[in-house]
Amino acid sequence: MVVKGRVLVDGSAEGPLLMLNAPLSFWGGVDPKTGRISDPRHPQHGREIAGTVLAIPTPRGSSSSSAIMLELITRGLAPAALLLGEADAILALGIVVAREMGHRTLPALEVPVADLMRLPAGWLRIETGGTVRPSAAHKS
Amino acid sequence: MTLALTAAERALIEGAQGPAAAMAMRIVVEAARLMGAASLVAVESAHLDGCLYHGDSGVHFAERMVALGGKAAIPTTLNVGALDLLHPGRVRFDPETAAMARRLMTASEALGARPSWTCAPYQAGHRPRLGAHVAWGESNAVAFVNSVLGARTNRLGDFLDLCCAVTARAPCYGLHLDENRRARIVIDATALSAPLRSLDVFYPVLGAFLGSEAGSTVAVILGLPAGTDEDRLKALGAAAASTGAVGLFHAVGVTPEAPDLETVLGGGVPEHRILLTPPMLRDARDRLSTAASGTERIDAVAVGSPHFSVPEFRALARLAHGHRFRVPFYACTSRASLDVIEREGMREPLEAAGVEIVVDTCIVVAPILPPDAGVLMTNSGKFAFYAPANTGFATIYGGLADCVASAVSGRVTRDELAWS
Repeated sequence: MVVKGRVLVDGSAEGPLLMLNAPLSFWGGVDPKTGRISDPRHPQHGREIAGTVLAIPTPRGSSSSSAIMLELITRGLAPAALLLGEADAILALGIVVAREMGHRTLPALEVPVADLMRLPAGWLRIETGGTVRPSAAHKS
Repeated sequence: MTLALTAAERALIEGAQGPAAAMAMRIVVEAARLMGAASLVAVESAHLDGCLYHGDSGVHFAERMVALGGKAAIPTTLNVGALDLLHPGRVRFDPETAAMARRLMTASEALGARPSWTCAPYQAGHRPRLGAHVAWGESNAVAFVNSVLGARTNRLGDFLDLCCAVTARAPCYGLHLDENRRARIVIDATALSAPLRSLDVFYPVLGAFLGSEAGSTVAVILGLPAGTDEDRLKALGAAAASTGAVGLFHAVGVTPEAPDLETVLGGGVPEHRILLTPPMLRDARDRLSTAASGTERIDAVAVGSPHFSVPEFRALARLAHGHRFRVPFYACTSRASLDVIEREGMREPLEAAGVEIVVDTCIVVAPILPPDAGVLMTNSGKFAFYAPANTGFATIYGGLADCVASAVSGRVTRDELAWS
């Protein structure tokens, strides 16, 4: 199964899908020193977002989340890719600024929530141009 | 949608006003493209949320802008930093972190922004007019400037607000456009008791409910008393922008774009109508407290998120008069408000009661609370929401009078009557 997203920041990446099951503000909700979900009220508290294909059906929260995204990128603790249920000028902007500052970036796509929900668990590959597909290499 | 730029905007990208403006314009244009904006809009003022230290990367960005010659092209205020510059020692950072936090504040000021260091710039002299297009960061400030003042900004992420200040442009989409400002959800509070709606403690709870129900969808509230003061609307918006991505709310008969329901719905039919009941409100209130139910002892009290205003200090001074607190009591505010309360002779009696005044920053963004985490009581929906993750303290939510009574006894004292 293949899902096509609208490209917010282009690129290719792969990693295990982490689907957020509740809204999460990166500021106050993700520790930029560990890359883990640090909001104790979040049902996925303690999960590591670094290296994942992070799917966020409903982006939420503080405008400082851009700064947390940039910090995660510079520390090598960012997700491998972001799949947002709706375009968000906050998280994707952290990636845009990282690119201006000469850091490695990650792809970010806007993917309708209905399509996000159809994504299979496991490894996903993001291809330039916004295609998301299960990664055969890690299918088991 | 393709983005149309004016000749002046294209010239900025090409470096007509130097490399900082070019870099800022590239980021503004990229943000416009990713949000599907058709054009940019000229903005009159900016409020920058990027002066709070989250890590070295933000410092390097601000310093790059300064090194390239970046200057704010419009009146610009600064949000909180991570240090209380007037009370050294209030914030317990290690020297390296304090030095980086200071560098970020210095670089932000070097961009030509006013060192207001407050999350409530609208109560420190920065009040855009009705209908003005502006570029503001800080979620509570965005909710206030859109909802209470009727100016227009999207919820700008850190860095984009700075780039808008330097270019005097913002991506034109979302809340800059009439059609996106009309209400699509109705939250009807008319069935709640008038006494409950007359209390300060109601407003953050209503905001927390609104944020979790509406998210980024514009809602209109029915049933707020005419003349509801701006500190209550500020508390409502801050809580709403914590529990959801709320950038704008309306209240019929109270906020400027909602003279009546028909106008604020813009001729449309609401997608959703919620009739508020006391159990819904009690549930929203209870979610603001994370301390185990039955908790009796508190270890600290904090107020002032958003930053305490002069009228809020007056209310606190009346309640605290003649008392001496048993636990630390932090009141976070701006330099602008501190100036007034010093002039009015309020500072000394407040401090005599045990109020510790924090300026330029606040207790959820910097290590100010006692080092051994415990139970924090607060009247702020935003503190209640962010304190558990950011400070390790469990929270108990109550009104200002509850907070003062609890600080006096050291034990949770809450007036439950209005909630029944």
